[in-house]
Amino acid sequence: MENIICACGHSNPYGTKLCEKCGRPLTEEEKQNKVADMRYDGSAIRSKTYNKTIIDKIWNFFSSVKVGIALIIITLVTASVGTILPQEIYVNAPETGKAAYYEQVYGWFGKLYNALGLSNLYSTWWFQILVGMLAVSIIVASLDRGIPLHKSLKNQRIKRHASFMKRQRIVAEGRVADAEETLNKVEEKMKALHYNVRRDGNALLAERGRFARYGPYINHVGLIIFLAGVMLRLLPGFYVDETLWIREGETRAIPGMEGYFIKNNDFILEVHDNKPQGEQVKQGVNVVAKNFQTDVTLYKQPDGALPGDLDNLEKIKDYSIRVNHPLKENGFALYQMNYRLNELKEMRFELVDKATETPLGEVAIDLTNPKKEYDLGNGSSVKILVYTPDFDGFENGEPRTKTSVPNNPAFLFKMTTPSTPEGEVSFVEIMKPPLEPLGENQYRMKFAGAETRDTANFTIRKDRTIPILFVGGMIFMLGVVIGSYWNHRRLWLQVGPNGQVLMAAFVNKNMFSMKKDLDAVTTFAHLPAYIDQLEQAEDNEKEGDHTL
Amino acid sequence: MSLIDISGNLLFVAFIAYLVALLFFGGSIKQSNATGKNTEKWGKAAIVVTIIGFLAHLSYFVTRWIYTGHAPVSNMFEFTTAFGMFIIASFILIYFIYRVSALGLVALPVAILIIGYAAMFPREVSPLVPSLQSYWLTIHVITAALGQSILAISAVAGLVYLLKVVDMTKPSKQRFWLEAVMFCLVVVVGFVAVSSTFSAMDYESKYTYVDKEGKSREMIYNMPPLFGMNGYEAVEEHGMSPLVEMPALINAKKLTTVVWSLLVGSILYVLIRLIIRRRISAMIQPLVKRVNLQLLDEISYRSVLIGFPVFTLGALVFAMIWAQEAWSRFWGWDPKEVWALITWLFYAAFLHLRLSKGWEGRKSAWLALIGFGIILFNLVAVNLILAGLHSYASN
Repeated sequence: MENIICACGHSNPYGTKLCEKCGRPLTEEEKQNKVADMRYDGSAIRSKTYNKTIIDKIWNFFSSVKVGIALIIITLVTASVGTILPQEIYVNAPETGKAAYYEQVYGWFGKLYNALGLSNLYSTWWFQILVGMLAVSIIVASLDRGIPLHKSLKNQRIKRHASFMKRQRIVAEGRVADAEETLNKVEEKMKALHYNVRRDGNALLAERGRFARYGPYINHVGLIIFLAGVMLRLLPGFYVDETLWIREGETRAIPGMEGYFIKNNDFILEVHDNKPQGEQVKQGVNVVAKNFQTDVTLYKQPDGALPGDLDNLEKIKDYSIRVNHPLKENGFALYQMNYRLNELKEMRFELVDKATETPLGEVAIDLTNPKKEYDLGNGSSVKILVYTPDFDGFENGEPRTKTSVPNNPAFLFKMTTPSTPEGEVSFVEIMKPPLEPLGENQYRMKFAGAETRDTANFTIRKDRTIPILFVGGMIFMLGVVIGSYWNHRRLWLQVGPNGQVLMAAFVNKNMFSMKKDLDAVTTFAHLPAYIDQLEQAEDNEKEGDHTL
Repeated sequence: MSLIDISGNLLFVAFIAYLVALLFFGGSIKQSNATGKNTEKWGKAAIVVTIIGFLAHLSYFVTRWIYTGHAPVSNMFEFTTAFGMFIIASFILIYFIYRVSALGLVALPVAILIIGYAAMFPREVSPLVPSLQSYWLTIHVITAALGQSILAISAVAGLVYLLKVVDMTKPSKQRFWLEAVMFCLVVVVGFVAVSSTFSAMDYESKYTYVDKEGKSREMIYNMPPLFGMNGYEAVEEHGMSPLVEMPALINAKKLTTVVWSLLVGSILYVLIRLIIRRRISAMIQPLVKRVNLQLLDEISYRSVLIGFPVFTLGALVFAMIWAQEAWSRFWGWDPKEVWALITWLFYAAFLHLRLSKGWEGRKSAWLALIGFGIILFNLVAVNLILAGLHSYASN
């Protein structure tokens, strides 16, 4: 492609709209414009220049702001669809019953919603592709426009052609008595207004806040870093998400955290002692939780210890894990997520003679780790033939357990005493009379008490992408603030030998503040009054269209 | 009088001050239209009364904070009241940059309606659940609310812009939708009227019902039930029985509230139309006929520019930091989170459209109104309808 030679003799890259040197319009379209398009300072934008090869076409597609906006709107609408019904992770149903839950609770709509994958919308491939396309659009559009804009801003000339200046939104023309004095006064005032002033003969360029033009590009960089961080999570080692239930008094290995052990010393649930009133009473809420806390001790195996060796654990620290106060160690964090109160820990039974209630001794059964046989001395003993922690009825004559949590312990005991040396068999379940499958017994196991304890549930999380996300977020914020709270202001002034003045001004946003500066300098340097060409245009087409 | 009573009274003072300030703003504009004399005086009085109201509002906020021991932004009443306060603060800020009195004509009624709406929620102090006990409650919620309020001023400027430019003499889509916005404002008045009437009467009817998971529950209506919950049975009924029974998916109590508000709002709207004998927007139009359109457009754009970074920081950045501390993940696609993201995407689209497609003036004004609609949806609908982790804000 050929370069464009401007009337001033400068050779511009193909596609340039306004001459890089003097600012003359170079395209027919630009020549027609009353006010020049200054978005990219008239520089050659790749996507607006080439459209031949397939790469050009892809590039042009993603660099288009129109496409970018369309992608934003599509993402926005899609994201909102995911909030019509609760997402799967928030549905209170077992993993396998979720599909049924949607149909049961929300009817045909729920079934459809789930079948279309909308109940897990944010992790579907098409939603992720959408976000990916948005990311590509951000990258391509930023490169497409950012680089030419940067070149053009860096190589600005002070002297511009009259046709450039007259195409700016703010223009002033007239005469002054003393050219040099006017230029000096304008320079003085603009410097006082914190503008950077450059002069070239009878021309002057005052500029302020150029860096504001880079704001959008900086925030796009931040967004890309953020999205890259999110994607890094998919790599192994960057992200750990485990869960752990641990009973009071237990020491357990922390899943996902090699070599670390944690002991649950105590779980504490506190409630507010406020007098319920108003809405709290209406909703039947008697107490409001105040604190969920687990006091723990964190241990680490010494280096080189065998995986199962728990004898030489080194204590790292004591900590109280509370909501909002996770335990942090070595890049990992343990969060208080859930709890179960009063889980059975130990049950005690007395072996008694059914007729006389004479006790022969007591057994204390650790429900998580029961012994096979308990010797009561004096020739009596109790054997546990079968133990079901969470008894759920019989299956083919065998007692069945629902879970391994001792919610409803049941035992098949074999009781041996000096008077019944062959032993008697009895099935004992809480709060039920014992079953005696092999005939009438002389002895029975009498419930003598139980001990309970609480169980705490932690989430163990490691997310090595957090620092990347944080950096991305900060760069984004910096870019947004620069782009929003500062603006790029420029004032061009040329004074001819006979005192003819041509002044033009540009601001990328916030014309209101620019006009304050212009008013100040106009008064101070006795410049001719300026006009706002867009305001005039609007007055002319008043009561124009009535459509959206 | 205890601190909490003082706090409540201060809020009432603020409410009255905003009403008075609104009259002054109206007066200042009438003056400037008629003779031009005394405009200054009226305008000054208006902004002074607004500032007095704001100071009272701020004192309510501070005293309630001292009394409860946490930033008063933890439930629907507290948050919405604070949102109203920040809207007034943003208005005062923008007023001192641009000095456009006509903005007050829309900003104050919006703030008044929001405070009125807030007052319909339970006002008693409720203790904080563990997940809310964090300094991030203060930082995240206040920054997010501040961002939303500044964005709201963009809609205020947009509305003034449209009130001026939309031709009221000929039927058009814009004329229709502008009046629809006015109607929505009247419906909020309807909600406040109907809620406070029944609450003054201490109305209460109690029912049992079967929820969507098949459990039996109890529901107390504070308005005569138009709609009954799924499988409802009266425990204690007053005045009327529900006209229609709703399926379990629909909260018939909330639907009842919505329909009562729409009903009373519509009656009010018809009455207003009968009295003024034209559209509400047509009635307001003469008041804004002297505003500078270019300036309003700029205010609308500038508010988005100022508000967008604040909103991003509060509703996304701080939100993510807190979520990581409290819930172990910075993002969980909870409805409130998603709607904060939607709001953010919408304003991002707004900024890009404005930049490159030249959507200025009317189009930009409509977009600003839609943006505020999304913010209100996130405040009202997401808290009250879409259940999620943020729904503690609904009681």
